Amino acid sequence: MKSRSRLHVPRAPARPGEAPDFSYVHLSPAGAVSRPDINARARDIGFLSTELVRVLDEGGMALGPWHPHLDSADLQIGLRHMMLTRIFDDRMQRTQRAGKISFYIRSLGEEAVSVAQCMALRPGDMLFPSYRNQGLQIARGIPLVDLMNQTLSNTRDMCKGRQLPVMYHSKAGNIFSISGNLATQFPQAVGWAMAAAIKGEDHLAASWIGEGSSAEADFHHALLFASVYQAPAILNVVNNQWAISTFQGYAGGEQRSFAARGPGYGIAGIRVDGNDFLAVYAVTQWAAERARTGAGPTLIELVTYRAAAHSTSDDPARYRAKDDQEHWPLGDPIDRLKQHLIALGEWSEERHQALAAELDALVVASWKEAVSFGTMSEGPRLNADLMFDDVFKEMPQSLERQRALMRAERG
Amino acid sequence: MANMNMIQALNSAMDIMLGKDPSVVLMGEDIGYFGGVFRTTEGLQRKYGEHRVLDTPIAEGGIVAAAIGMSVNGLRPVAEIQFADYIYPGFDQIVSELARIRYRSAGEFFAPVTIRTPCGGGIRGGQTHSQSPEGIFTHVSGLKVVMPSNPYDAKGLLITSIEDDDPVVFFEPKRLYNGPFDGDPNKPAVPWSTHPKGQVPEGHYTVPLGKAEIVRGGADVTVITYGTMVFVALAAAAALGLDAEIIDLRSLVPLDVDTMCTSVRKTGRCVVAHEATRFSGFGAEILSVVQEECFWDLEAPIQRVAGWDTPYPHAFEWEYFPGQARVATALKAVTEAQ
Repeated sequence: MKSRSRLHVPRAPARPGEAPDFSYVHLSPAGAVSRPDINARARDIGFLSTELVRVLDEGGMALGPWHPHLDSADLQIGLRHMMLTRIFDDRMQRTQRAGKISFYIRSLGEEAVSVAQCMALRPGDMLFPSYRNQGLQIARGIPLVDLMNQTLSNTRDMCKGRQLPVMYHSKAGNIFSISGNLATQFPQAVGWAMAAAIKGEDHLAASWIGEGSSAEADFHHALLFASVYQAPAILNVVNNQWAISTFQGYAGGEQRSFAARGPGYGIAGIRVDGNDFLAVYAVTQWAAERARTGAGPTLIELVTYRAAAHSTSDDPARYRAKDDQEHWPLGDPIDRLKQHLIALGEWSEERHQALAAELDALVVASWKEAVSFGTMSEGPRLNADLMFDDVFKEMPQSLERQRALMRAERG
Repeated sequence: MANMNMIQALNSAMDIMLGKDPSVVLMGEDIGYFGGVFRTTEGLQRKYGEHRVLDTPIAEGGIVAAAIGMSVNGLRPVAEIQFADYIYPGFDQIVSELARIRYRSAGEFFAPVTIRTPCGGGIRGGQTHSQSPEGIFTHVSGLKVVMPSNPYDAKGLLITSIEDDDPVVFFEPKRLYNGPFDGDPNKPAVPWSTHPKGQVPEGHYTVPLGKAEIVRGGADVTVITYGTMVFVALAAAAALGLDAEIIDLRSLVPLDVDTMCTSVRKTGRCVVAHEATRFSGFGAEILSVVQEECFWDLEAPIQRVAGWDTPYPHAFEWEYFPGQARVATALKAVTEAQ
C-alpha cells in the first residue's frame, strides 16, 4: 500500500452525549517525583516537564520530597483565600445573572493556582495575571469592595469605567493591569524581570496564561527572552483543558505537555497537579528560589480543570460532556486541602461550615457597600469627562476640544 | 556646536540620555556590539555596558513587550525596530498594550517607551525596506508620533521623546541620514555639513513635540509636509519660482494645528505632501483639519502629494517616489486655480 501524507485534526476526548475520558492526562502518584536542587540545569531535569508533581494523596496525606511542610495556620489561610475566591465568584456570577454587572469570569476549580502561587511569592514580586486569577487579588489582600467596584464600573472603580469587569490592577499590590488581549502580559512580565535584574533587585515577575493562549506568539517571545537573558521570571501555563470550546489539543497539548515547551527553550519546565495546594505552593517556591539565586526562569504547567463556563457569555453544555468535571481525576482544590487539614486534625466540617458562613457574610456586606457607590443602572455614576483623562499624561488640546463637544452633546 | 549627520545626532541624543539618566536603556536587533545596521548606536554599548545597551533576538513583538515590562519597572527603554517595515510583528503590543496602559489603569501604570525606527525609501530597499507606516500609528489613541527631517531636530526631538512619560513612535527618514535629499537621485549627494541644520549642539537640548517649524516663510502657497518631503518641497517650489511657505510638522501627534492654519489663512492655498501612500494616509487628516478650520480662506482645492497606492517597488523606486515633478504639479494646480 502506498504511504500518504495526512492531516491530523485533533478531536476532543468527549463532546456532549459522549462519556468523559481523561485517560490522556498523564498522572504520577503523590510523592513519586523527585525534587531537584534549585541550581539544577534545565537540561538535566527534563523529567519534571513530563511527570506530574503531586503531594496530596487520595486520603489527604502529604507525601514525598515536594511536601512544603507549611504550618497549619498557613494552610488555613490558603483554605480561607480559596473559599473566599469561590464565594466571591459565586456571588458575582449571580449579580451578573441579575443584570447588575455586564460580564463575569469565574475561576471555579482553579482556586489553588492563584492562591497557592501568590502565597509562595513575596509582596515585592510583580504579578502579571490573566483574567481568571482573581485568587491573586484576594491573596494579595485587595479588598473585595475594590474588586466589586471595578466590576460595577462605579464611582470607586479603579479603572474609572474604562475596562470590562475583572480587568483589575493594583499598583500598591504589585499586580499589573489585566488585558483583554490574550497572552500579552507574558513577555511583559519577562521585561519587568529583566529590569529587576538590570537594577540588581531580587524581585521576580510571575505571569499566568491559559494553555489555549500559549498558542500566541507572545508566549514564545516570553520564553525566548526569558531564556536568552535568564530573567528572574516564573511563567505559568494554567492548563484547564478548555479554551472556550477549544480543547487543549489545539494548543499543541496532544503531542507534548505544555511544561515541555520549557526545556525546548532551555528553561526548566515543571508539570504540577494544579488542584493540589501543597504541590502548587512547593513548585512555585522552588521556581522563586531559582529566580532569586540566578538560576533563571521556570515554566510551570498547572494541570487543572475549568469547572465553570468560560465566562457569563458562554455555555459549555454545547461543547463538552455534561458530567465531564465529575470524572476529572484531580478532584477539587478546596475539598482536597480541607480533607488534608481534617486528616491533620486541624480542621472539621463544623469549622468549615462556620468559615463559609463568615465569608459569605463578608461578601454580602462588601456587595452592599460596593453598590452604594453606584451600579451601571442606579445610583451615582462616574463623570463621563473621565473618558478623556489618561490617554496621555497631559491632555492635548485636541482632546480638550472633544471633551467640550461631548459636554455640549449631552446638554 | 558640531557638524553632525542625522545618525550622529541621534547617537548623541542617546549618549547624552544614557549618561544623564540611569533608567535609560537601549535595546534592539544588532544595536549593541555592532552598533546598529545604520550605526546609530555605535560605541554606546562599549561606553555604557551590556546591561544598558542590549542586543535582542529577532522578535519585534518580544522587543516591544519586554520594553513595556521594563518601563513598568521604572526603566526608560529606547527600542530600535531595525526597519519600520519590520514593526508589524510588534503591532499588537504597541496598539493594544503600550498605547493604553496609562488609560486602562487610570494612570496607575504608564509606559515611557520610545520606539525608534528608520522609515522611507530612496535607498533601493524594495518593498520591505522602504515603507512609511507613520499614518497607521497616528490612528492609535495614546501614542505620540514623531518624524524629524534634519540632524538638529532629530537630536532635540529624540531627547524630548525619551524624557516624555508617554510612549513615542519615532520615525527616522533614512534617506535623510546623510544629507538633505531634494528628491533628485541623479544629483551628487549633499552632506549635512553644508546645511545649517547639520550644526548641532553637543550637549543636552530639546525640541518640543507638537510644534511645527516654518522652514521657509512665503506668501503664495502653504506646503504642509514632514520627513523626506521637506527638502523635495523646498526644491520644487524654488524651481517654480514660487514664494511658498514650507511647514515641517516634526511631530504628527500631537499636531500643531495653529501653525498649519495660521499659514493657510495667510496664503489661501495649500499642498499636503508625504512619502507614504495616499489613500487613508496622514495627509487626509491634515487636509481635513485645514478644510474644517480654513475653508473660507481657501482660494483653491487643497492638493495632496504622496506615494502611489502600491507597495514600494524595487525597480521603479523613482517612478514611485513623490519627487519634485509630482510636487510641482500640485503646486501649479493650487496656485494657478482662480
